[in-house]
Amino acid sequence: MNNLTTAAIAGIILCFSAIPTAAETPEEKGRWIAEQTDRRDLGWGDSEVHLTMTLRNREGQSSIRKLSIASLEVDEPKLGDRSLTLFDEPRDIEGTAFLSHTRILDPDDQWLYLPALKRVKRISSQNKSGPFVGSEFAYEDLVSQEVERYTYKYLRDEPCGDRTCFVSERFPVYEHSGYTRQVTWVDHTDFQPRKVEYYDRKGDLLKVLELVEYRQYLGKYWRAHRLEMVNHQTGKSTTLAFSDYSFKLGLNDGDFRKSRLERLR
Amino acid sequence: MLAALGMSVPAPAAEWELSGSVQLETRVFPSEPAFAGQKDATVSPSVAVEPELVVDTGSGADRFTLKPFLRLDADDENRSHGDLREANWLHFGDGYDLVVGLDKVFWGVAESRHLVDIVNQSDLVEDIDQEDKLGQPMVQLQVGTEWGVLRGFFMPVFRERTFPDDDARFRGALPIADTAAYQSGAEAFHPDLALRWTDTFGGFDVGVSYFRGTSREPRLVPTARNGRTELVPTYDLIDQAGVDVQYTTGAWLWKFEGIARAGQGDAFLASVAGFEYTLYQVAESDADLGLLLEHLYDGREEDGSAPLTPFQNDVFVGARVTLNDEDDTTFLAGAVTDVEDRSVSLSLEASRRIGNDLKVELEARLFPDVAPDNVLYGIRRDNVVTLRLSRFF
Repeated sequence: MNNLTTAAIAGIILCFSAIPTAAETPEEKGRWIAEQTDRRDLGWGDSEVHLTMTLRNREGQSSIRKLSIASLEVDEPKLGDRSLTLFDEPRDIEGTAFLSHTRILDPDDQWLYLPALKRVKRISSQNKSGPFVGSEFAYEDLVSQEVERYTYKYLRDEPCGDRTCFVSERFPVYEHSGYTRQVTWVDHTDFQPRKVEYYDRKGDLLKVLELVEYRQYLGKYWRAHRLEMVNHQTGKSTTLAFSDYSFKLGLNDGDFRKSRLERLR
Repeated sequence: MLAALGMSVPAPAAEWELSGSVQLETRVFPSEPAFAGQKDATVSPSVAVEPELVVDTGSGADRFTLKPFLRLDADDENRSHGDLREANWLHFGDGYDLVVGLDKVFWGVAESRHLVDIVNQSDLVEDIDQEDKLGQPMVQLQVGTEWGVLRGFFMPVFRERTFPDDDARFRGALPIADTAAYQSGAEAFHPDLALRWTDTFGGFDVGVSYFRGTSREPRLVPTARNGRTELVPTYDLIDQAGVDVQYTTGAWLWKFEGIARAGQGDAFLASVAGFEYTLYQVAESDADLGLLLEHLYDGREEDGSAPLTPFQNDVFVGARVTLNDEDDTTFLAGAVTDVEDRSVSLSLEASRRIGNDLKVELEARLFPDVAPDNVLYGIRRDNVVTLRLSRFF
């Protein structure tokens, strides 16, 4: 083995190495962490999950939403994943469906299906920061977390429960976000987020999200099964409880067309 | 959802689900009726039920839907009525799906008038906004292609429009006859056909449609019958081409619907064109405010050779408020002004959920200023406020 080959192999090893070097900036390290999270989630293909949302107000009164979400991974530059959300409860919105074709930075394409009129409506996707069905989750909190949607800055390492987390800031670069910045806690070993703090347009703490009950699917893909979002300005909170995910169902583009909305249930 | 996505999941047992709603409704008429012989009850209650039974076969390839509707109205005998909104078999094929039976479809994008939406007959006794529809018997084939979605409709049986009773509100100066007249010798059994193509190009959602068959809109022809003059609903055979386009960009929805119709006097064009612009999270609240503006044009003849319309040259302005709260509270207020005779009609719709299963709706339709030669003149005193409580199951 000559020196050139050795150098080339060393170079390749360096390229694929997942160990950040001391020389990198906090911005590079923050982005590297997000890339690690993203890389571990490649290839899941398609999935479906049922979920119960519990909305609580400051007085402790709660209301329930039941819905299912089908998702399709799209592995193309500039394009994000596709998702189809179908409501089951409350009963007056049963059958209402929401179809989203996300893009990394350009506006998403979104359609709403209203079963009472049997009407499919293309809707504006500018409303990223608005509440999703009256909950404490904004639309932008629920779409796929693409790496290119933010810039990053690593802050520190910190214990999170009995684990250790990378603590980083991220700054939305897509338009119409309701946030100036977010602070994320990402686990050292599985690179899954455990907590996110959201800061509003004035820079004040707005909401805190905790992600728990992670389970692994297909020996690779981690999914949190309980998300707790607490609004620190209003005292309201929303819990998302996910049932078991199903993966690799063979869904394709055709299942995420707007013409499918009239045929769901 | 998997069944709907056409997946073959290992769950061979058929699944059925019963859902629906029951309604208590009160219509309040603050003004005295315009014509002698019309009931003058200020408060007019009714009850309605609309269950829906859906059976999905175990393979996920077939679905049966039954959705009857029944209303009992205290004052309008014709509004006490039943219908099968849906009673159909849906089959998911490979690259196509097929519907056989009674079904409802919606075409179009505009808010103030549903011009291209022609498949289903309006259930006019329910509401004069023509958003309530009768189930239409049909065979519908839908095919997804690389160049958009194609739908073909064969409609073997026609449904006549419902009208309020002679002594009820929302009748005109002359009563509507009980029996209709048809241009086609086959009467209600003329085979009607329709084709529709839809596709999306970036921000543009486009639909093009063609209909050949029995006009859903009747001409009301004054005829001497039973010793009085009645309006006979007369259904012509028409050809109608329609286009609907919505361009979605940022907070703007630009909307256009246009039709060309032949078969009722001279061929004519009609259109609705406008926008909806939404201000999100106004005044640092969670509420959205949508501003709507639409222009309505209709070039049909007014000599009796075509059905009359109030929308020859009108402007609709509206506002939609969505609170985005846990009760889904929404308001939609609108005014239609006739540019030529200055007639004005107003509408307000508000709704919110109560708890998990109840929903309350308030609707008002007001006619503060209607010119004597406007089509709406006959119902100018039928200002109505409707309060509706629905329980969903």
